[in-house]
Amino acid sequence: MLPAGALLLVFLTYPLGLGTWLGFTDAKIGRPGEWIGAENFTYLYGDSVARLSLFNTFFYTIVASVLKFVLGLWLALLLNKHLPFKAFLRAIVLLPFIAPTALSAIAFWWIYDPQFSVVSWLLVKMGLIDRYIDFLGDPWMARFSTIFANVWRGVPFVAITLLAGLQTISPSLYEAASLDGANDRQKFWYVTLPMLTPIIAVVMTFSVLFTFTDFQLIYVLTRGGPLNATHLMATLSFQRAIPGGALGEGAALATAMVPFLLAAILFSYFGLQRRAWQQGGDDQ
Amino acid sequence: MSNKRRDLLKAGAGVAAAATFPMIWVKDAHAQWTSTPEKGAKLRVLRWSRFVQGDIDQYMKSVAAFTAKTGIEVRVDNESWEDVRPKAAVAANTGAGPDIILGTNDDANLYPEKLLDVTDLANYLGKKYGGWYPAGQAYLRPNGKNWIGIPLGAAGSMMVYRESQLKAAGFDGVPKDTDGFLRMMKALHAKGTPGGFALGHATGDANTWCHWLVWAFGGKMVDKSGKVTIDSPETLKALEYGKELYSTFIPGTLSWLDPSNNKVFLDGQISITNNGISVYFAAKNSKDPKVNALVSDINHSKYPAGPAGNTAFHLFLNQMIFKYTKFPKAAKEFIRFMMEEEQYGQWMQASIGYVAHPLAAYEKNPIWTADPKHLPYRDAVKELRPAGYDGKLGYASAGALADFIIVDMVAEAASGSKSPKEAMERAAKRAERYYKV
Repeated sequence: MLPAGALLLVFLTYPLGLGTWLGFTDAKIGRPGEWIGAENFTYLYGDSVARLSLFNTFFYTIVASVLKFVLGLWLALLLNKHLPFKAFLRAIVLLPFIAPTALSAIAFWWIYDPQFSVVSWLLVKMGLIDRYIDFLGDPWMARFSTIFANVWRGVPFVAITLLAGLQTISPSLYEAASLDGANDRQKFWYVTLPMLTPIIAVVMTFSVLFTFTDFQLIYVLTRGGPLNATHLMATLSFQRAIPGGALGEGAALATAMVPFLLAAILFSYFGLQRRAWQQGGDDQ
Repeated sequence: MSNKRRDLLKAGAGVAAAATFPMIWVKDAHAQWTSTPEKGAKLRVLRWSRFVQGDIDQYMKSVAAFTAKTGIEVRVDNESWEDVRPKAAVAANTGAGPDIILGTNDDANLYPEKLLDVTDLANYLGKKYGGWYPAGQAYLRPNGKNWIGIPLGAAGSMMVYRESQLKAAGFDGVPKDTDGFLRMMKALHAKGTPGGFALGHATGDANTWCHWLVWAFGGKMVDKSGKVTIDSPETLKALEYGKELYSTFIPGTLSWLDPSNNKVFLDGQISITNNGISVYFAAKNSKDPKVNALVSDINHSKYPAGPAGNTAFHLFLNQMIFKYTKFPKAAKEFIRFMMEEEQYGQWMQASIGYVAHPLAAYEKNPIWTADPKHLPYRDAVKELRPAGYDGKLGYASAGALADFIIVDMVAEAASGSKSPKEAMERAAKRAERYYKV
C-alpha cells in the first residue's frame, strides 16, 4: 500500500495539485505567482480565442469519437469473422496506432501540404480537380482534416479492444439466440451489443480522454491555425503558458478541461454500465 | 554526407580567403578587459540548434579554442530555438540549469532580476567595437543603464526572390516602396510565378513580415505608455494593402508554418518570400542539381518602404548569464571571448551572415561584401525593431507575440474571413488583455 500511495502522491497528486493551484495564481514564467482567485477563469471566459478553443475541442472530440466508435466497431465485427490470414490482418490494423503520433502527424503534414500534397497531386493528375486542395488553410477544412488524422490513428485502438471483447462472448449465447429464431440483426442487438457495453464503456472513455487532450497532432499540423480554427484547449494552454509566459493562465485553461473530462468519465461509468440492460431487461 | 562536407570545406576556403582583407576601424584604445575566471570553473551553455551548418561548426571551434586557452571546460547543449524559451524559463524559475543561455527576442525581459548584470562587459565590447545598435539596447538594457545580457545578433528576415522570374515580370529587383511592391506581386501572379508569405502560426516567418506590414503603414501595437493603439487608421491601411497583396499569393499560405516557404521556394514554386539567408545557404550546399541551379538566380533585398518606412522585425538573439551560476567571471569571459573579433568574425563568415552583428564595427566584416547577395542581411540588427513596439518589453509583449495577435489579424483581414476593421478591433481586444494595467 505504502509504495503505491507514495508513487501516486509524487507522480499524480502533486503535479495535478500544483497545476490546479497555478491556475488560481498569476504565475508567470520566471516569477512565482500570487493567489488571484478565479480571475484567470473569468478572464478566459471573456476571451474569444479561449472560447473558440472550447468549441473546437468539443467539436473535435465529439466528431472524432463518434467516427472512431462506428468505424472501430465495424472493423472489429469484420475482423471477428473467419478471414484468411486473420492474425496477419489484425496485426496490420494496429499499425497506425503503433506509429508514434509525432511521426504520423508529420506524414499527415505532408499529405495535407498546400503545395506538395500527394492527394491533391493524384487528383490533379487524374483530372478530377484543377487546383490543390487547401487542407489546412481553410478553417472548416482544417478542422475536418485534423479530425481525419486523429480518427485514422485512433480507430485501431477501438477496433482491437472491441475485437477482444467480441471474442469473450460465449458462442452458446448465439446458439441459444439461434434456437429462439433470432436473425443476425437481432443477435447483434440483443446479444453482441449488451455483452460488449462494458468494453465499449472503457474503450470509449479512453478514446474520449485521448481525443479531448490531443496535442501533438495539432501542434505538428497547424499550431492551432489557421485563424485559431484548430486550437484545442490543450494547445492553447501550452501556447499561453510556455511561449506566452503566462503560466497561471495556461494552467487555468488546463484545469478548465478537468470538469469536462470528469463528466465524460461519469457518463461512461453510469450511462454505459447499466447492468439490467446487459442482462436483457429494461432499465427502471 | 562526405559530398556535403566537401562543399562546406570549399565554401569555408573561399571565406578564409576573403578574411585576409584587412578590417579597417579604429579600435578604442581605452577598451580594456581584465578579469580572472574562477579556478576550476566549468560552464554549461544552452543554445538554439543551428539553422546553417557552418554556424555550429565554427561555434564549437571557438569553444574548443576557449577551453584550450583558459582550461575552462564548456559543455554546449543544442535545442530547437522554440524550445529554448521554456528551458530558460525553467532555469530562471528554479535557479538551476545552464550558466549561459542563448535565447531569443524578449526572453531576458521576462526575468531580468534573475540575470547577471553584465554592464561592464557590454561597455567594454561596445567601446571596442564601435558601439551597440539601438535594438540591442532596447532588448537588453531596459532601464537605459544596466545590461542584463549581451546581444548576439539577429537572424535577419529579408525578401528572398528569383531574379529571372522578377525580370520576366518586368522588374529588375524588388521595388523600394510598397506601391511598386504590390505592382510587382500582381505582375508575378499574372505571369504564373506568384510569391507567398506565411500566414499560419509560423513563429518566425509569419511574425516578421506581418510586423513589417503593420509598421510600414505606421500602425503599432501600443504607444510608449503601453496603451493599445493597434486599432488605428494606419493599421487599417496596412490591412487593406495586405488584403490586396494576399490576392497575389500562391494558394495555401494560411496554413504555412516556418518550414513551408523554404521548401516551396527550393522546389521552384514561388518567386518571392521572406526568410533568413538559410534558403540561399541550403541551395548552395544542396546535392540536388536542380536546387543547386537556383543559386545564381536567388537574390535578396530589404523590405520595401511604406509611408512610415521599412523597419522590420527579425529574430533577435541574446546571451544571458543566470545569477545562480557559480562561475560568473568565467561565464563573462566566455561571452567576451566569443564576441571578440577573432571568434565572432570567423563565426559570421562560417554561417555566411545568418546572424547579423549587433556591434557597429562588424559591418566591415568581409562576409557582407564577399557576395553582394549577403548585403541586405547586414543591417538586420541596425534596423531591427522589437515586436511590441512602441511599448516596454516584458510579459505583455512576449504574450502578445506568442499569441499571434498580429499574424491572426493580418490573416483574418487578408483572407476575408473578417473585414480589416473587424480584424483590427479584435486584435485590439486581444492585445488589451495582455496590456491590461
